[in-house]
Amino acid sequence: MLQTDTEHKKNKRKIAIILSIIPGIGQMYNKQVFKGLVFLVLTISFFVAFRDLFQFGFWGLITLGVDPQYDHSIFLLIEGILTVIITILFLGIYAFNFYDAYKVGKKRDNAEKVNGLREQYHALIDNGFPYLMMSPGFLLMVFVVIFPILFVILLSFTNYNLYHSPPANLVDWVGFQNFVDIFNVPIWRETFISVFAWTIVWTFAATTLQIGLGILLAVIMNQPDIKFKRTIRTIFILPWAVPAFVSLLVFAGMFNESFGTINRDILAFFGLDAIPWMTNAMYTRLALIFIQTWLGFPFIFAMTTGVLQSIPSELYEAADVDGATIIQKFRSITLPLILFSTAPILITQFTGNFNNFNAIYLFNGGGPAVSGQNAGGTDILISWIYSLTMNSAQYGKAAAITMILSLIVIIVALWQFRRTKSFQEEDMM
Amino acid sequence: MDINKQKIIRLTLSYIVIFAMIIMILFPILWIVGSSFNPGNSLSGSTMIPENATLAHYKELFDPQRSDYLLWYWNTLKVCIITMVFSVILVSLAAYSFSRYRFIGRKNGLMTFLILQMIPNFAALIAIYVLASLTGLLDTHLGLILIYTGGSIPMNTYLMKGYLDTLPKELDESARMDGAGHLRIFWQIILPLAKPIIAVVALFTFIAPFTDFILARILLRSEENYTLAVGLYQMIAKQFGNEFTLFAAGAVLIAVPISILFLLLQKYFVTGLTAGGIKG
Repeated sequence: MLQTDTEHKKNKRKIAIILSIIPGIGQMYNKQVFKGLVFLVLTISFFVAFRDLFQFGFWGLITLGVDPQYDHSIFLLIEGILTVIITILFLGIYAFNFYDAYKVGKKRDNAEKVNGLREQYHALIDNGFPYLMMSPGFLLMVFVVIFPILFVILLSFTNYNLYHSPPANLVDWVGFQNFVDIFNVPIWRETFISVFAWTIVWTFAATTLQIGLGILLAVIMNQPDIKFKRTIRTIFILPWAVPAFVSLLVFAGMFNESFGTINRDILAFFGLDAIPWMTNAMYTRLALIFIQTWLGFPFIFAMTTGVLQSIPSELYEAADVDGATIIQKFRSITLPLILFSTAPILITQFTGNFNNFNAIYLFNGGGPAVSGQNAGGTDILISWIYSLTMNSAQYGKAAAITMILSLIVIIVALWQFRRTKSFQEEDMM
Repeated sequence: MDINKQKIIRLTLSYIVIFAMIIMILFPILWIVGSSFNPGNSLSGSTMIPENATLAHYKELFDPQRSDYLLWYWNTLKVCIITMVFSVILVSLAAYSFSRYRFIGRKNGLMTFLILQMIPNFAALIAIYVLASLTGLLDTHLGLILIYTGGSIPMNTYLMKGYLDTLPKELDESARMDGAGHLRIFWQIILPLAKPIIAVVALFTFIAPFTDFILARILLRSEENYTLAVGLYQMIAKQFGNEFTLFAAGAVLIAVPISILFLLLQKYFVTGLTAGGIKG
């Protein structure tokens, strides 16, 4: 008699789990009727509300439609993603249902008191509080950040373009065809290589120059015997203070070939011929690097100024005693300390320029046009993606290039993150 | 004697560099200000210091009958302020949970935020465009605000969590002893202490939509809905040169207030960006 009783006791968690295959029944078995009802109602309403989605969502995601008259592939794709997200959400709740039934069943097996409605409420508030606080932001992020990313990832495996676009036509899965095309079809390969090469040159040239100039000016302004420091520093910050899109458009006017001041006033003043800034890719590139340096150095300048002011003067005094020259002091005291404390931010400057759509697009729209490729002479990856999407409706290819670009950014950023961690452990000061 | 000579060379070189930089910085600014006072529409025959300066272009911009400029200004401020308010609320809630609670999924959540903040949210511009047109959010400010707010969450949550982590936990615990609830601790203890970082987040989430061009360009279609960045671009792109003086006046009217605001709050930018870079 006693034996069976303990056996029976041990089984409560198992029975609760088995009953939980239908959500809520396990909780009811555990004598938490209200909680069980909540689970049950939640499940039923889930199935009622999303019945159609579950029925057609996966079918649509796999086939992308069969009859262009009725099926809109892009709608089906979006509904498919939605179905996957909702399914994951549901599976989460389902798993929690098992976990909860098991936990309470175990409590009963151990003959502990099961929470009443009141305690359940308090437990929910305590454990659920962080989720409650996060959920508004997280939900918004799922829909405007994660959803688009999933969409782009899937799109890069389709042939979605001008000729395969609903409602007249269907979109189909093509596997890795877009990626293969980018590296195999001559016009795509040539364009990709030249755009990628310029993106790299642009990133390194513009970023290195703006960092170099920023540090140089900060060091110059840190000399104790420079006059009017405050005024000069404010002027040096100005290019950062003016919104970049305004400055870029102003520069586009200044470099304009017919009325811009650069050709008309400055070059004419020195008796030089007008330069085709906007129609010769080489000159446009030079102008862009100059402009980005102008735009970007003040941030480095401001940051480095802060670092320089925190370097203890004893270091320099000790160097003076040893008879170090200015250049030696800069190379072995100033520069290492600046680089040590600003390295992570300097790397974000590189990734920032790598994706600096505004500079490229607002100055000359990525142009001038170049023969033999479908991107402009100063297009970087991100502005090429833009024109593929907005001007030539090459959505599938654009998505594939977006994937390549994101992969590069993520690799660089993860590498930066790991370095940052290791940087923090070093003790230099 | 030799040291003196060295000092003179060093100072001369420094001042030459400083002087050259000042010219390079101020020249574009003076040029655009000068252009905005030039009579006539195009720049042919204009000078940097106009002989018969005119305020006509500014008057035109302020005349709703002749230009949408005031409307654009209003749109931009509306979008920026609403984005800022939403973002600050959502970011503080998320950052507080990540900083103070240990819950299932916390680590994965943080990792997701970390990776998401690395991808610029306009990288998915095709998706944003298609989704917005499907949901009817194309050409609305609501769509723009939602995207800006959602996009600002990962990076700023990380930034704020880093700051909240530095506040001593004993404060919360002693408040809990005294019987304060979760919301009360957040509202009365954490938030007042987090004011500096809230200021930074507010600043960032205001400035980001203000200076954004690409998302506004993709989403906004009709002229009366434009933000300043798109409007100004259209002004210059439509008929480059023919309306350049008007554009110049528009540019000056954006640059002056923003620059003043920026110079006043500059130290927040530096601390915010520095903290973000190191903690991120």
